Amino acid sequence: MSDSQNHGHMHPYDPDHQHPLQPDHDDTMTYYKLMESAVRHLLIDKKLITAEQIRKKVEEMDSRTPVNGAKIVARAWIDEEYKRRLIANPKEAIGELGHDIGPLNLIVLENTKKVHNVVVCTLCSCYPRWILGLPPDWYKSREYRSRVVARPRSVLEEFGTVIASEREVRVHDSTADMRYLVLPMRPSGTEKMKEDELAGLVGRDAMIGVVEVSLS
Amino acid sequence: MMADYEVGQKVKICSHWPPSPPTHCRTPHYIRGCLGTIERYCGDFENPEELAFGRKNGRKLALYRVRFLQKDVWKGYEGNLNDRIEIEIYETWLEKV
Repeated sequence: MSDSQNHGHMHPYDPDHQHPLQPDHDDTMTYYKLMESAVRHLLIDKKLITAEQIRKKVEEMDSRTPVNGAKIVARAWIDEEYKRRLIANPKEAIGELGHDIGPLNLIVLENTKKVHNVVVCTLCSCYPRWILGLPPDWYKSREYRSRVVARPRSVLEEFGTVIASEREVRVHDSTADMRYLVLPMRPSGTEKMKEDELAGLVGRDAMIGVVEVSLS
Repeated sequence: MMADYEVGQKVKICSHWPPSPPTHCRTPHYIRGCLGTIERYCGDFENPEELAFGRKNGRKLALYRVRFLQKDVWKGYEGNLNDRIEIEIYETWLEKV
């Protein structure tokens, strides 16, 4: 290999050899970044909140992952009575598993052989962060938000999900105070699997409703 | 506030534009003027059109989920005739049919 840009090889030290620079993500001070920083410093200076409290909150937010949602789904799959409670009163049922969903008003949408549910927030990026963590970038993109409401079947196909034409597709636009968790269908062939193995099959995208859960 | 609409009731979404100064409106443009059916009552919440600007007047609005047939929302909709879209709508954006 002679191309000096190709780093699949070793090359001798050369002070003139420049690696292409990766831009930093935070190298531009925008209006909102400046405002966040100003407000944060004001709150700290006025002793209304401490830097440690802010750090802790960020850490807590970042610790929430779709693993929490997957455990809820797996429990609903193995326990029909739990599933009934989860749909009737999500806050209480999720509390049983030791998760506090905070101020969230959650609606659980059950996928069946007749209905497939998919969630979007066309106006911004509302998402059940208390149980799934931060939303993926595509969920926030204008492309997903504008297209999945009008052409859900085509968008699902782009995710590799083909919904049979006789099965009803329901799009849920999370526009206000509710947040949504899709309860995917349990795949066949998992009858002997234990709860934690089942939870391992359930990914974030299945709980948004852009894919179904499969064994592979 | 008592809920004015019952599950299964037909409603129309207002097609008016928010007054100026601009508000933090939670009713998407694509659904304005459409006919739908009340799916459930979600509870009473403070009006986000006011809240976003720090105005808290204590008045709460009833929030509903309204379901629409996709074929009634999008011209030439490609899917199953029963495909739906369901959206949360505040009572101030609903009209009786």
